[in-house]
Amino acid sequence: MKKLKVLWLSALSCNGNTHAFFNYPNLEYFLDNFEFIYHPVIDSEYSLEDIVCKDIECDILLVEGGISDDFLRANTPILDIIKKYAKKVKKIVSVGTCASFGGIFKGGAYNDVTGLFFDEEKKIDRLEEFRDKAINVSGCPVHPDILVNTLFSIKQELKLKLDNLLRPKEYFAYSIHNGCTRNEYFEYKVDNHKFGELEGCMFYEHGCQAPFTHGSCNKILWNEVNSKTRAGLPCMGCTEPSFPRENLFSTKKNMGIPQELPLGVNKRTYLTLAGITKAFTIERLQKKLIDD
Amino acid sequence: MTPKKRQKYEAIIQKSLELFASKGFYNTTIPDIANSLKMSVGNMYNYFKSKDILAKEIIQYISVYLGQKIKEINEEDISTKEKTTKIIKMYFETASIKPEMIDYFLRIYLSNREVFVDSCQGMICVNEFVTEIMIYFEEGVKCGELRDQDFFSAFGLFMGYLGGMVFLKGENILPKELDEYVEDISNNIYKALSV
Repeated sequence: MKKLKVLWLSALSCNGNTHAFFNYPNLEYFLDNFEFIYHPVIDSEYSLEDIVCKDIECDILLVEGGISDDFLRANTPILDIIKKYAKKVKKIVSVGTCASFGGIFKGGAYNDVTGLFFDEEKKIDRLEEFRDKAINVSGCPVHPDILVNTLFSIKQELKLKLDNLLRPKEYFAYSIHNGCTRNEYFEYKVDNHKFGELEGCMFYEHGCQAPFTHGSCNKILWNEVNSKTRAGLPCMGCTEPSFPRENLFSTKKNMGIPQELPLGVNKRTYLTLAGITKAFTIERLQKKLIDD
Repeated sequence: MTPKKRQKYEAIIQKSLELFASKGFYNTTIPDIANSLKMSVGNMYNYFKSKDILAKEIIQYISVYLGQKIKEINEEDISTKEKTTKIIKMYFETASIKPEMIDYFLRIYLSNREVFVDSCQGMICVNEFVTEIMIYFEEGVKCGELRDQDFFSAFGLFMGYLGGMVFLKGENILPKELDEYVEDISNNIYKALSV
């Protein structure tokens, strides 16, 4: 079986996506199908200097981390390395939110940190000629299944449907709220949550961004068992161009109304529904689920 | 509902409001309402199966009426200060033109909770009205005019003040007409709620 040749470049990054990738449960199967010509952590055939200086065959370019004109790898501007390989590859995959939109490094020491094709949600033209090759798999980090499945889709030459931020709809058409085990508490507006506990919805008080964040965290679970919201931590909206926001653990409200509403929900409709659901007092949801 | 039926439905609500205001809620019966509309009691029951259901639908009717008026103000491209004045003006106008409507809200809905306890839990029956007040507050905070605070502390200040004034008017205690208080009350409420 012909393996696709993959180059994984690390730009302004914490390597979080690399670490998440290592948790992919079928890594051997992945490596039967793909070969890293270079990866910053995994042993690979070529060094970074080889990547910069030599003309090496490559099918997919993966970039992890934010991009800045000033940022060098092997004494070469990262953008030059990206452009060199962007020309020859089939697809360019921005791995994680930093490479997709700029992410957390926008607040750091480097100037003008952006993603490859976007600065937050604004399109940028640094690599405009390659936009038709671009796929963003955002997340801090991206779920390894989403990254790997996307790479397999490329290998199988499937036509990936992308959203307006170039994310595969297969994974990003959903909201994180979809599949959350706290939906009952959301429906009846019960947020008597304590961090880490099973009970309560975290949208109303605790800053949970799941209802307006695109992704599949509650559909494709982390380590096959859990998600932030299931474990009792609010969704931090890490797949979105606005990540990271401030005050991740409290819901910004204006006179009691959450500033951000669930995706596509009109404010008047939301308030009408809220008025109705607040009328319910459901004792079962007011106390511990499993109470000894 | 056909337009003719809708007209009848509204006539029943209007007549009920008037009778509740003049005779009191408990002293008014379904036959009293039917008689004063020259309807048979049987036909009346085609519209409302019981007095409790009538009571509930009246409060919803008032909520929709006031909610729609505030919605129109909320959708205007004006400052929160101007909205405050307009909402208060509208509320006092309604209390002057349709005193029975506000009277029902204050004296029957708020004072006879046992009638509404099953079918109007929480604020379900005044949802349209409360929703628009919420939007008025929320947009005021968003544009930086109003101070962010708990909804009910603001709602209580707003509605308690207006309700109190209409109550005083109903008791014939106010020396002036309600509309003459609009400016002062708008200023007071706006100052109390603003940043």
